[in-house]
Amino acid sequence: MNMPASASGTALAPDKEQAARQLTDIMAKFTGYVGKRLPQDVLDKLAELRARETKPLAKVVYDSMFDNLEKADRLDRPCCQDTGALQYFVRAGAGFPLLGELKAILGDAVRQATKDAPLRHNAVETFVEKNTGTNTGTNIPWIDWEIVPDDDTCTIEVYMAGGGCSLPGAAKVLMPAAGYEGVVQFVFDVITSYGVNACPPLLVGVGVSTSVETAATLSKRAILRPIGSHHPDPQAAKMEALLEKGLNDVGIGPQGMSGSSSVMGVHIEASARHPSTIGVGVSVGCWAHRRGTIRIQPDLAYEILSHRGAVL
Amino acid sequence: MKKILTTPIRDEDIAGLRAGDVVYLDGLLVTCRDVGHRRLIELGQKLPVDLRGNAIFHAGPIVVKDGDGWKIISIGPTTSMRMESFERDFIRETGVKLIVGKGGMGPETVEGCRENKALHAVFPGGCAVLAATQVEKIERVEWLDLGMPEALWVCRVKEFGPLIISIDTHGNNLFETNKAEFNRLKVPAIAEISKEVRFIR
Repeated sequence: MNMPASASGTALAPDKEQAARQLTDIMAKFTGYVGKRLPQDVLDKLAELRARETKPLAKVVYDSMFDNLEKADRLDRPCCQDTGALQYFVRAGAGFPLLGELKAILGDAVRQATKDAPLRHNAVETFVEKNTGTNTGTNIPWIDWEIVPDDDTCTIEVYMAGGGCSLPGAAKVLMPAAGYEGVVQFVFDVITSYGVNACPPLLVGVGVSTSVETAATLSKRAILRPIGSHHPDPQAAKMEALLEKGLNDVGIGPQGMSGSSSVMGVHIEASARHPSTIGVGVSVGCWAHRRGTIRIQPDLAYEILSHRGAVL
Repeated sequence: MKKILTTPIRDEDIAGLRAGDVVYLDGLLVTCRDVGHRRLIELGQKLPVDLRGNAIFHAGPIVVKDGDGWKIISIGPTTSMRMESFERDFIRETGVKLIVGKGGMGPETVEGCRENKALHAVFPGGCAVLAATQVEKIERVEWLDLGMPEALWVCRVKEFGPLIISIDTHGNNLFETNKAEFNRLKVPAIAEISKEVRFIR
């Protein structure tokens, strides 16, 4: 294992070095775990959609999905071979003791999980066009930072961004004349074209914002929210429900086979916008939505929030 | 009763199959995806595996070294549409009879399947441990310089499936049929929602 370096590049004090190793180990194990077992909210929703399904080909697919999840758990293997490009969404207290070391720790954790889980080698260095074989490369794992003042814990969302469900990702900036109706059109266009091949039933994230990158980022954050959660604004929550029902009425079905539903949910995240723009972004999660949430205390005691009864 | 195709697959084995049928595969299945297709069709490199009568899998597995050989941990289909621009030529050049992937493919592949008698079928996406348990053995690997996902893994499979035929030899395309229906249904859905989201006043 590589020695984690502090932000300044100087050697760590021995107790801090040991803590960094311990956190690396926790995050490596958790990352591997997330690749093998789906979070509870996703499992519950899939069971609900399977029970509701009536079409024969769609049922064949649901049977395979649940057979696969059982085998992945029993054989302790990644449930989908595409273990994604690793993304970590970090919400760290400004007082979290390993804040400065965290970037190096997450890189080391990915290298360790790649061997131990194992994970597929999914980091191709751009322009050089070589697979690094470690799942690490320039800015990969991708880390999104949010610093919380007056807090000393750290909550990390692990997300395995598979190729299939990353491909439909799209964002653009609408003119205000297009209105929220333009947002609806954009979401439907993306999901009924590229979404069909992205392993539905999908979790659809929509960012409604001011420019292209803010909308895109919010749309990714939206699919990290637990299924069944709603936007706090009543109009946004209403739009989530309308989009969910409308997309389900299209009946894409599991794997695009046509069926009783299309999506596991639609989540909207929003920011204020420039009066002249409506930025809209869409991110999708596949049915094998490998997302995990872990909360770490300053003494490195941890709690897994996404998976019931998880043992690392 | 499971309908099982065995490699080498002959034209008459698949002539009666239609989009929407479910089959399983016994025999030789070779992973081949983006760069494998590009090397053969665009760069003119000779494929180091004879695919005549055999099957390819749009897939990039997780494998581990197992003594002198390899062991499959997880193997599942990847998005077939990425290979659309190469597949018609690929079918003609290789004589492959069954293309397994996920999601649909387009009109060029439909033409390729019709003129050279081949099928495209879907293995349920994300079901990679299920698929791995149906691989009896990795016989060999070629083009490992491309890395684990892109290398050609030559697999011996047993009752590999379910494989849902999406393109048959008669020009039928399950996903095109489905997409036309989705596009028809989305129009009233969008109109209905749009009435409810006129938040700018």
